[in-house]
Amino acid sequence: MENFPLVLIISSIVKILIVVHMLLIGVMIMIWSERRVSGWMQDRLGPNRVGPQGLLQPVADGLKFLFKEDLIPDHVDKPLYVLAPAMLLVPALITVAVVPFGSSITVLGHEIPLQIADINIGILYVLAITSLGVYGVVLGAWASNNKYSLLGGLRSSAQMISYELTLGLGIIGILMLTSSLSLREIATTQGAYPWQWNFLIHFPAFLAFTTAMFAETNRLPFDLAEAEQELVAGYHTEYSSMKFAMFFMAEYMNMIVGSAVTVTLFLGGWHFFGLENMGGPVWSGLISFGIFFLKTAIFLFVFIWVRWTLPRFRYDQLMNLGWKFLLPVALSSIVVTGILWITTHSRLIVGIGNVVAAFIVVSIVAGLLVMKTPKPAIQDSDNRLTPTALDAIE
Amino acid sequence: MNAEQILFILFGAVSLIGAIAVISFRHPIYSALSLIVTFFAQAGLFVLLGAHFVAAVQVIVYAGAIMVLFLFVIMLLNLGTLSVQGAIGRKLKGLAIILGILFAAEGIYIAMNALNDTAVASAESTGATITTTTYDIGELLFSKYLLPFEVTSLILLAALIGVIVLVKREGQEEN
Repeated sequence: MENFPLVLIISSIVKILIVVHMLLIGVMIMIWSERRVSGWMQDRLGPNRVGPQGLLQPVADGLKFLFKEDLIPDHVDKPLYVLAPAMLLVPALITVAVVPFGSSITVLGHEIPLQIADINIGILYVLAITSLGVYGVVLGAWASNNKYSLLGGLRSSAQMISYELTLGLGIIGILMLTSSLSLREIATTQGAYPWQWNFLIHFPAFLAFTTAMFAETNRLPFDLAEAEQELVAGYHTEYSSMKFAMFFMAEYMNMIVGSAVTVTLFLGGWHFFGLENMGGPVWSGLISFGIFFLKTAIFLFVFIWVRWTLPRFRYDQLMNLGWKFLLPVALSSIVVTGILWITTHSRLIVGIGNVVAAFIVVSIVAGLLVMKTPKPAIQDSDNRLTPTALDAIE
Repeated sequence: MNAEQILFILFGAVSLIGAIAVISFRHPIYSALSLIVTFFAQAGLFVLLGAHFVAAVQVIVYAGAIMVLFLFVIMLLNLGTLSVQGAIGRKLKGLAIILGILFAAEGIYIAMNALNDTAVASAESTGATITTTTYDIGELLFSKYLLPFEVTSLILLAALIGVIVLVKREGQEEN
């Protein structure tokens, strides 16, 4: 017990070093795979010249960023302009601290959990830190002193405020069944088989959470903050060189960490039947890490897949989806999970009840929206929009 | 001096500097940023007290709230610097001095009491633990403090409905 803190400190430092570097390398792999996968989806090659299969392309990109001129325009608010990329990157980096990426490894008689810090408010920590990420976007947008940047930043902040609610409410069903906020405990209470994982029990909440996460990471179909056709590049229009690279890296880091959190919450963490207890104390830990890594990678592929499948939402569609569909679905999942779990204590019934409730809620909202939509193309003297549009065509 | 004390001094200093910066900066955006720094340092103080839940809630609630403040600054204050000028400034000055003296007296009073009071130290020495886990907070909220909790949520709901009613103008129903 005497040397326990020393072991703790050394193992923590090693874990932090490994995790941070895995994140940074993960960003490189994500950039490469995004370009290659998009090439594959569009029936072209993508970058394949630098290194085998173009794998060193991100290294070349990084070198290019480093050697570019670090331009700071005259009209910007300098302190905040410099601060903004870091404000985005740091939250992306430190969220990963509470994500358990495997069971545990026993080294020299010490059991080392594969997680940097298992704090009892794990998921709240994730939510708190993610909510800070938007400051980087808004600060960068404001400090750039540029209309396009500011519009991008405002869009992004409105989007994040709206979807954060769904993100937080979507996980409450899980918390009720797990009765813990610790990510490690949430992962361990899920069994080895896919039908024991949370995504089936809380299927509507899973869909709402995933959608909200796409919005939080500013990925297509929710990338209105940097809609190229409208806003040049949105909030990072004025940035160049490594500062732009930091924005870029933060986006990919957010994706990786978001996927890891989703895997932990909904997809069983490091569990997979038949593989967990293979090998000795060291190997089983490494295998569990491998399972977690693979699940995260599959989820990241979904990110890229969605990007090249769905077009960007219009702004009102974005707000409608967030407030009128996702939020009610998340709320209904809380109510239904609570009532059914207390009365029946059956995961099957809770799962079915959630889907039924979500279906009912979505039908009601859709029905209300259809009823309230004004009839199009009627010449209305009070309506300022339709006459001009119709006149222009005629 | 152990690690906990060093961290306490660090977080305390940062939160004080942040608080002074809030009122010292001429520009509202910088003030709002300093406010985040202050709240963050206070969250650190909560963690030192073992109140992890309160720390997380502090960051979640205030980070969101200050984001809205940011938007107000950007959209309503026309991106310029804000200064209190003229007659309003002079009137406010008197009020500020009175309030400042009151707050200073309160702070000194609390500090004196804390120095004399042995309650905190004795609680520590007897090993009495203050329950601050999420589980305990939840249990307290739904048993001992059930009525205040429900009343608070009703007040919030009323405020929410009030805002919607105020914002929604007559005749805006159809398009």
